[in-house]
Amino acid sequence: MTDTTSGAAGDERIKDVSPLRRMLIRPELGGICGTILVFILFGLIAGDSGMFAAEGVMNWTVVSAQFMVIAVGACLLMISGEFDLSTGSMIGFSGVLMAILSVQLGWPLWLAILATFAFCMAIGAVNGWLVIRTGLPSFIVTLASLYILRGLTIWGSVYFTRQTIISGVSDRAEGDWLGPVFGGKILTGLFQWMGDAGWIATFTRGNRAGQPVVDGIPMLVVWAIVLVIFGHWLLTRTKFGNWVFASGGDAQAARYVGVPVNRVKILMFMFSAFCACVFSMCQVMEFGSAAADRGLLKEFEAIICVVIGGALLTGGYGSVIGAALGAVIFGVVQQGLFFANAESSLFRVFLGMILLIAVIMNTYIRRIITGER
Amino acid sequence: MTTPIVDMRNIKKHFGHVIALNGVSFDVRAGECHCLLGDNGAGKSTFIKTMSGVFRPSEGEMRVEGKPVIFESPRDAMTAGIATVYQDLAMIPLMSVSRNFWMGREPEKGIWPLRTLDLAKADAITMTEMRKMGINLRGPDQAVGTLSGGERQTVAIARAVYFGAKVLILDEPTSALGVRQTANVLGTIDRVRKQGIGVVFITHNVRHAMAVGDRFTVLNRGQTLGTALRGEVDAPGLQDMMAGGQELADLEGSLGGTI
Repeated sequence: MTDTTSGAAGDERIKDVSPLRRMLIRPELGGICGTILVFILFGLIAGDSGMFAAEGVMNWTVVSAQFMVIAVGACLLMISGEFDLSTGSMIGFSGVLMAILSVQLGWPLWLAILATFAFCMAIGAVNGWLVIRTGLPSFIVTLASLYILRGLTIWGSVYFTRQTIISGVSDRAEGDWLGPVFGGKILTGLFQWMGDAGWIATFTRGNRAGQPVVDGIPMLVVWAIVLVIFGHWLLTRTKFGNWVFASGGDAQAARYVGVPVNRVKILMFMFSAFCACVFSMCQVMEFGSAAADRGLLKEFEAIICVVIGGALLTGGYGSVIGAALGAVIFGVVQQGLFFANAESSLFRVFLGMILLIAVIMNTYIRRIITGER
Repeated sequence: MTTPIVDMRNIKKHFGHVIALNGVSFDVRAGECHCLLGDNGAGKSTFIKTMSGVFRPSEGEMRVEGKPVIFESPRDAMTAGIATVYQDLAMIPLMSVSRNFWMGREPEKGIWPLRTLDLAKADAITMTEMRKMGINLRGPDQAVGTLSGGERQTVAIARAVYFGAKVLILDEPTSALGVRQTANVLGTIDRVRKQGIGVVFITHNVRHAMAVGDRFTVLNRGQTLGTALRGEVDAPGLQDMMAGGQELADLEGSLGGTI
């Protein structure tokens, strides 16, 4: 046998990789290109419509942040190799549950919120447990929970209030310490100052005259940023993140080297439920009411953001930053078409096409990573 | 004679009505390569899964360095120093070599809850270990998917050796490889053996077994047909034992002894 330990020199069979190609296999690339393209596009067609004034920016930022919150959960779950189709139903369910607990049963708001989080994460754990125990695809298991949760939401809402909208949450939020964590705004002083300095538009008449049209950054946006940073850090910088990749890449191979795949997957289902709850709590606090039909189709929108962001539907590959950029693209396009006075139904056409292009790109990228075989 | 690192005695494994293993005895000592040969369906896979803690034997005794043990999970076996490299499930193609290398045993730094991966350390050690095994990487972040089948086996072997395996079980490491890659893997086995690690080499290719084996055990229909030392047996003899009889001998005659 020849000894091959000597070779520190380059292997003549391994071609040098161009920086372009190296960049191409980063999962975020599609998201970065898409974001730039979308901004250029709407800069051209809607640049003078107020889309890039303070109010317009806040408009699409909030919409993007909504997508971002659920996309982070969906992204980590998809990388670990599973889907959660119950996200949308979970949004409706958690909102109504919280409203029933606080408004109908009279619990303090903070207790209602915490109990809702605990209960919804427990449902997420049950989803994960069922997927692991039965070995069924998570697609089927969470499709079942999509219907079960939506049904329970409508039934619960009608049973307690005889209607599908439960209002009165804003009254319960008065003086509560946990409410502002979801419904509040930050940096209001800064925005007032920017308004006074004339950097951003202010109301010129009415009882809010002199106040800036954008009076602070909603907590939803803060949650989105925090979740993206946390998710990215968890995925790329921690041991647990490595296990998430491993569980989705090849669960059996991961098990053989001692990765607790089942625990990882169940935790990711719980995290997905957590993100859905953050979304619905922010929404309920903003509107002051909960409605049983909230969150319709959100599960698919979350998955679209994640796929645009470069994650593979089969798991094991993806990026939280990519998913966040996917959410920005989604939000900017949706609101941008509105600012551009385009026919809003075209949004769906556009979305479908982006999705298709993203998936084709991803398949190609995967072939590059795995050595074009 | 030294105590075997792993000693399996009269192992039986039943799956319902099926008797997969019906009394298998096998041991491996430090610094030797013990080949386990058998045709498809002879019970090789069941046996190594029993040895690596995936299955619990229905009957029989397992000893590690003289002490009886019962493995509840693959983790127990790994803790005892038994590492298994599976034919196709060794690596995750989409992940980098470094991340694969450390998978399940990632080095960390910092204080909880901000403990992070020590990527610099992980990458440096991965590169060193790969170079020792004769694999030149573009970088530690190269995906395993870009490596050849033989290189993947070698990465998996390097990983097991680095993490202190005393016994290395290789499940048909050469069955899907070309000539050159096979030679590389056999070279790796030889190198590992010289470090004092016991190697269990599972194969149905007699020639590969003869190239590196110190002892040979043939498994047929869930039973061991005996163990032979190097030099006591030749390739045709092993071939006959694996086939368990005459059909192959007849066939071999008509094919001119080329199988």
